[in-house]
Amino acid sequence: MSQIETFYDVMRRQGITRRSFMKYCSLTAAALGLGPAFVPKIAHAMETKPRTPVIWVHGLECTCCSESFIRSAHPLAKDVVLSMISLDYDDTLMAAAGHAAEAAFKDTIQKYKGQYILAVEGNPPLNEDGMYCITGGKPFVEKLRHAARDAKAIISWGACASYGCVQAAAPNPTRATPVHKVILDKPIIKVPGCPPIAEVMTGVITYMLTFDRMPELDRQGRPKMFYSQRIHDKCYRRPHFDAGQFVEHWDDENAKKGYCLYKMGCKGPTTYNACSTVRWNEGVSFPIQSGHGCIGCSEDGFWDQGSFYDRLTNIKAFGVEANADKLGGIAAGAVGGAVAVHAAISALKRAQKKTQDKVEA
Amino acid sequence: MTINTPNGYTLDNSGRRIVVDPVTRIEGHMRCEVNVDDQGVIRNAVSTGTMWRGLEVILKGRDPRDAWAFVERICGVCTGTHALTSVRAVEDALGIMIPDNANSIRNMMQLALEIHDHIVHFYHLHALDWVNPVNALRADPKATSELQQMVSPSHPMSSPGYFRDVQNRLKKFVESGQLGLFKNGYWDNPAYLLPPEADLMATTHYLEALDLQKEIVKVHTIFGGKNPHPNWLVGGVPCPINIDGTGSVGAINMERLNLVSSIIDLCDEFNKNVYIPDVIAIGGFYKSWLYGGGLSSQAVMAYGDIPENPNDFSPEQLHLPRGAIINGNLNEVHDVDPRDPEQVQEFVDHSWYSYGDPGRGLHPWDGETNPKFELGPNHKGTKTRIEQLDESAKYSWIKAPRWRGHAMEVGPLARYIIGYAKGHEDIKNQVDGLLRTMDLPFEALFSTLGRTAARALESEYCGRLQRHFFDKMVRNIKNGDQSTANVEKWDPSTWPKEAKGVGMTEAPRGALGHWIRIKDGRIENYQCVVPTTWNGSPRDSQGNIGAFEASLMNTPMERPDEPVEILRTLHSFDPCLACSTHVMSPDGDELAAVKIR
Repeated sequence: MSQIETFYDVMRRQGITRRSFMKYCSLTAAALGLGPAFVPKIAHAMETKPRTPVIWVHGLECTCCSESFIRSAHPLAKDVVLSMISLDYDDTLMAAAGHAAEAAFKDTIQKYKGQYILAVEGNPPLNEDGMYCITGGKPFVEKLRHAARDAKAIISWGACASYGCVQAAAPNPTRATPVHKVILDKPIIKVPGCPPIAEVMTGVITYMLTFDRMPELDRQGRPKMFYSQRIHDKCYRRPHFDAGQFVEHWDDENAKKGYCLYKMGCKGPTTYNACSTVRWNEGVSFPIQSGHGCIGCSEDGFWDQGSFYDRLTNIKAFGVEANADKLGGIAAGAVGGAVAVHAAISALKRAQKKTQDKVEA
Repeated sequence: MTINTPNGYTLDNSGRRIVVDPVTRIEGHMRCEVNVDDQGVIRNAVSTGTMWRGLEVILKGRDPRDAWAFVERICGVCTGTHALTSVRAVEDALGIMIPDNANSIRNMMQLALEIHDHIVHFYHLHALDWVNPVNALRADPKATSELQQMVSPSHPMSSPGYFRDVQNRLKKFVESGQLGLFKNGYWDNPAYLLPPEADLMATTHYLEALDLQKEIVKVHTIFGGKNPHPNWLVGGVPCPINIDGTGSVGAINMERLNLVSSIIDLCDEFNKNVYIPDVIAIGGFYKSWLYGGGLSSQAVMAYGDIPENPNDFSPEQLHLPRGAIINGNLNEVHDVDPRDPEQVQEFVDHSWYSYGDPGRGLHPWDGETNPKFELGPNHKGTKTRIEQLDESAKYSWIKAPRWRGHAMEVGPLARYIIGYAKGHEDIKNQVDGLLRTMDLPFEALFSTLGRTAARALESEYCGRLQRHFFDKMVRNIKNGDQSTANVEKWDPSTWPKEAKGVGMTEAPRGALGHWIRIKDGRIENYQCVVPTTWNGSPRDSQGNIGAFEASLMNTPMERPDEPVEILRTLHSFDPCLACSTHVMSPDGDELAAVKIR
């Protein structure tokens, strides 16, 4: 393993001084919300770690997760692939095909037993003996099980692997099944979204490489660092919601002023994701900023929750929706009152969630 | 056994059978089997789509205004093009007219996709069929720098030191013993013809393109909020324009327009300084390898796209051409009418579906899809361990669409042949210029290389069109029009009880059509016929082979066990299997019985 390049080697080779390297480590610590005590730890990890082997398999999916991954700006996708991980198998990008590809798959598993990360994009269909997704003449589910057996950990990329996504929407004709319902004996990190944000994907991977541990997960198996708050909690249009200022029709005066999209069906209030903070494509925008409501693509079963343009009143999960819907009218006259009402709603929602958590636990 | 197909191919499956599964560096799952003769020449080709997702079954009964989001997830590589096709189909069905700005914004988004997709395809999916990154280690960085300055004098990143750095990085990578994506490549195969300097230059651009592609898509992020999978809207686009009023900081304003403009410049520079020069330079070394033409000299088709004005899809108003050429007659370009039940039809004789009336072709508005997975009597292996397929029976999850009974090639090369035949000035100038530079005859276009070159030319042309629509929108805003959506028929209560429509686009990979039937405000039937369904189609009831299969025929392989030539030609189509294999059932009865988890 001695000839394997570490992060530190890579950075030094690129002309980065020791001083800059330490600065990078402290910035990384700050970005991850860690104190200065962690800086030497990060530095040590980066100086000594070889590139972790990654096997990236594809089931039923649309490849939007891979596409998102290569959009990553920090770190750049090329640096991840050349210097941080060893992407030893990925049907979408690898040079080899057919037998040579299959051999690369087997070699990696054998050589790095218990050491590699399995990244899964898409999911296995279980109907028709799995033959709705065939790879190497065999059902994809076999390949998934094979790769999972000796994996150190599994990352379920995107809504497909995490929850089933669009092919699992009713009536789920192929019986597309999320990874955690097929692989039961391995730690699985769900990184939902259709697709997940690029820097969330590379953030999860680099966290694991840097700290050599799984990120802290919520009850559903999502990394807390990116999925513990709702889009609505951090939305820059939130003050308009609180003030009862809503877009009433597409392209109306209120839309031009950037009012809240709640009445246009925005699912921000029930969607846990980092879009309103990290934003998309190097922070250029996110759906709400570009005038369309959130469709809730990182939530389980979001395809079957009614129209994307239905107000959340129709959705059970929101709880006290009737009051929230009336909010606009009330608030137009009494802004202070509206804020209070909203605070009450939020408190109620929190309480409901706690109860729900208890029930499910 | 030898078979002569109606579209002019002699298939001989007596030679050694070679299986490539998975075919990698594509979107989705695909298998290819060929028979080679004693000389290693391909005499029979079988291409198989190996996935099915059932998306249109899922669409049945849903709100037509939501359909774009579902079908957008058909493909995350050509992200957005299915969504655009879908909103066009719904607008066609309901008679909704979109505003001028919405047309310009949609065009800019679609063009950004074309450029992005072409660049990522060439550098990240296709290049390794021509370029040997391991051989790049032997290059002289100084000579590489000279080569770079010769092929592209205006590209700023061309110093010997720059190439030395990349080479060192590559060296370290290879020496680490962890070859990652390059593992088990066919790096000593004589099919790779580039000198080390060209390999180093192209590998360097692989990395440059990886950095650049994340910029191109920001056009989607600005107008659609994210990429992959930006947001769309029936009736226009969701982003409002507010150029200098209250709250304009959160809408399309001057800062956003400036960002779009800077991205358009970036694409333009890359196309002119890197992409096209690379294709010419690499192509120059492969000039003698003109295999892979397949159907392109015989039968090509395009629906056309990028309408100059909103709501007008007449052929003369489209910047990307529409038409069909059959029997190799470039003097006659037929118009294509997606509504005509006699023109576009799908066959399933060799696909894993069943029709009530076998042997017939069905127009998409009347399409049926009942999945029926079964292997032919001469297959080898078992149901879940296929060793060899039997192409005389059903062998693919892809249907076989035909235009007036003809198997057609679609995609950038098809568009460029049709544009050339129609005398499209921009296209003609580009093609003539390229052929002159490379000193090749017109017929050289009908090849794997021609397909790859047409894609590069189109990327450059799309960049110019992007600028055109940017300027057009700014002019329109200047004239006082800031409208981006028409909401007159947003409310389903304004819709007729029944309606049907069709939406068409030119996806990066070729002609894409969605057919919709709406009843009582809900989707009654939804059908997509996508580019890879055309190109990757299996045989039809008459025995015509599809474009992938035709393109592989009679290609010699240096080493039959190493499928470099097969990959090179298949990749030149930019296959998208998730797109091609998603079809539906209009009745849904059989599928409704399926157990849901």
